[in-house]
Amino acid sequence: MGFRVLKGGLLTTVQDMGRTGYQSQGFGVGGVMDRRSFRIANMLLDNPENEAALECTLIGPTLEFTSPMIIALAGGDFRPELNDEPVKMYTAIYVKKGDVLHVGSARTGRCCYIAFSNYLSVPVALGSRSTNLKCGLGGFKGRRLEAGDYIETRIQRRQYLPYFLSRTLPLHEFDGDSAVIRVIMGPQQDRFSRKGIETFLSSEYTVSTDFDRMGVRLEGPFIETKHGSDIISDGIAYGAIQVPSHGKPIALMADRQTTGGYAKIAVVASVDMPKLAQRRTDDRVRFVPITVQQAQQLIREEEAELQELRSRIHRPCREVLEVRLTAKRIESLMEDGRAYAGS
Amino acid sequence: MKLRILPEGDAALLVQLEQEIRPDINARLAALVKLIRQQQIEGIVDLIPTYCALLVQYNPLVVSYDTLYQRISSIARMDIRTDEWHRTIWEIPVCYGGDFGPDLPAIAKHAGLSEQEVVRIHSGRDYLIYMLGFLPGFTYLGGLDERIHTPRLGTPRKRIPAGSVGIGGSQTGIYPMDSPGGWQLMGMTPVKTYDPERQNPILVEAGDYIRFVPISEEEFREIRAAVEAGAYRVTTRKGEK
Repeated sequence: MGFRVLKGGLLTTVQDMGRTGYQSQGFGVGGVMDRRSFRIANMLLDNPENEAALECTLIGPTLEFTSPMIIALAGGDFRPELNDEPVKMYTAIYVKKGDVLHVGSARTGRCCYIAFSNYLSVPVALGSRSTNLKCGLGGFKGRRLEAGDYIETRIQRRQYLPYFLSRTLPLHEFDGDSAVIRVIMGPQQDRFSRKGIETFLSSEYTVSTDFDRMGVRLEGPFIETKHGSDIISDGIAYGAIQVPSHGKPIALMADRQTTGGYAKIAVVASVDMPKLAQRRTDDRVRFVPITVQQAQQLIREEEAELQELRSRIHRPCREVLEVRLTAKRIESLMEDGRAYAGS
Repeated sequence: MKLRILPEGDAALLVQLEQEIRPDINARLAALVKLIRQQQIEGIVDLIPTYCALLVQYNPLVVSYDTLYQRISSIARMDIRTDEWHRTIWEIPVCYGGDFGPDLPAIAKHAGLSEQEVVRIHSGRDYLIYMLGFLPGFTYLGGLDERIHTPRLGTPRKRIPAGSVGIGGSQTGIYPMDSPGGWQLMGMTPVKTYDPERQNPILVEAGDYIRFVPISEEEFREIRAAVEAGAYRVTTRKGEK
């Protein structure tokens, strides 16, 4: 019950929303880079919001299923194929025993998520199924997936998903090569000169090749400090933008360290973190300041929008009325009727 | 308590005490953390106390910045006592020098002291654990004797084995797991300060103290064997703060 990994892809790991509650002991939160896409992938399957999924980076894996289940992909467009036929992102897909899912290379974005209706069977370590690569903790054996791995699923089968044909959402086209990233200034903006802050807010920065799960270094004009950027080490929030002595901003992502000793000029608004996580090398970004109150209002609006998407996939769809189309889409269900019919 | 509260993004806020590395400030911070924990404020997701600041991470859909700002400000106005506790001192056995501490000669040379003298100084006092961070269980210790402050290596090592005890500038500490690093290595402990298999993977807590106790190579091997068999317990003492 599960799937075999035929190819591991560039960096495919088991992730959920991360490991909180242990940062005071030095355990980083980790978890998914793009929370929004991760949530949508699970939502398409009615999975619990924080159910572990696979995070693929730039080049996805190839998986062979050993039992039937329903999967969904969301995030950057990785041009997935099932048995050499293109399948849609942002759509619930029924897979049978022996089916091979090939997740290609990213056409847009840099990561995507594969959610599974039967849930990945990996142990919970310190409250999370996320893979902490540095400690070899959590996820599948604490490491990235490799060819030959066999991942089991936790349950044998799920009830047939209601409104199966409605479970499709439009592809998210991540902004072109230039994006506006909203930030909340501080907490250490007083460490920077007026000129330094002006540089940060008026310049275009380019995503460098130094981009991993820990953070992304941006190339662009030097940000001036008053007296250097060393501070007495303190805690680091998701999306904090540090400026070390080289004067170039570094945005800290999922696998950031818990604490650090460089001044943080600003922190990326939560709603814009997916946008940043999906940037590619040489893409450009600009930073625009907003207040913490505005940022929290944006979070509430995004939540309402996700609720709207959820209700959209829980309504009967028009396609049901078109016999030919319906027949085509439920064909695979019929073929493997033993697994799902009547359940 | 004098403090400053600043937003660190839209899902965390930073509480700053006086920005200085001092045991009394760190103790007040620990007291504040304890009070915040006791209040069980809905929406708080995690707390990261450091030397003299506290990062409070929260779910903004449950509690807003403005509300949390008020709550923490009022907690800070409470009478915070730090004098009532007893400290825990962890006695960490360390085999100094030789293969375990390849940089001990360099540390001694830099200090203009004999190796024995360096070991005597290093193991001669209790170190306050100001905070944990960087790696799981990595301790930021205060109070290293100035005579043995030693600059970091010019080129960091690619792999420092777990248990290594070293000096980096004015700091000393134990590497909880294999890791790259630039500290000068003076010895090794057979004790696992981080063990993912243990109920509490991290041995020590911020606010505790560490005392390094010199042991021989033979004792190292004995303790290591006992640790592997799950039959070793680190000695702790209680002291007055």
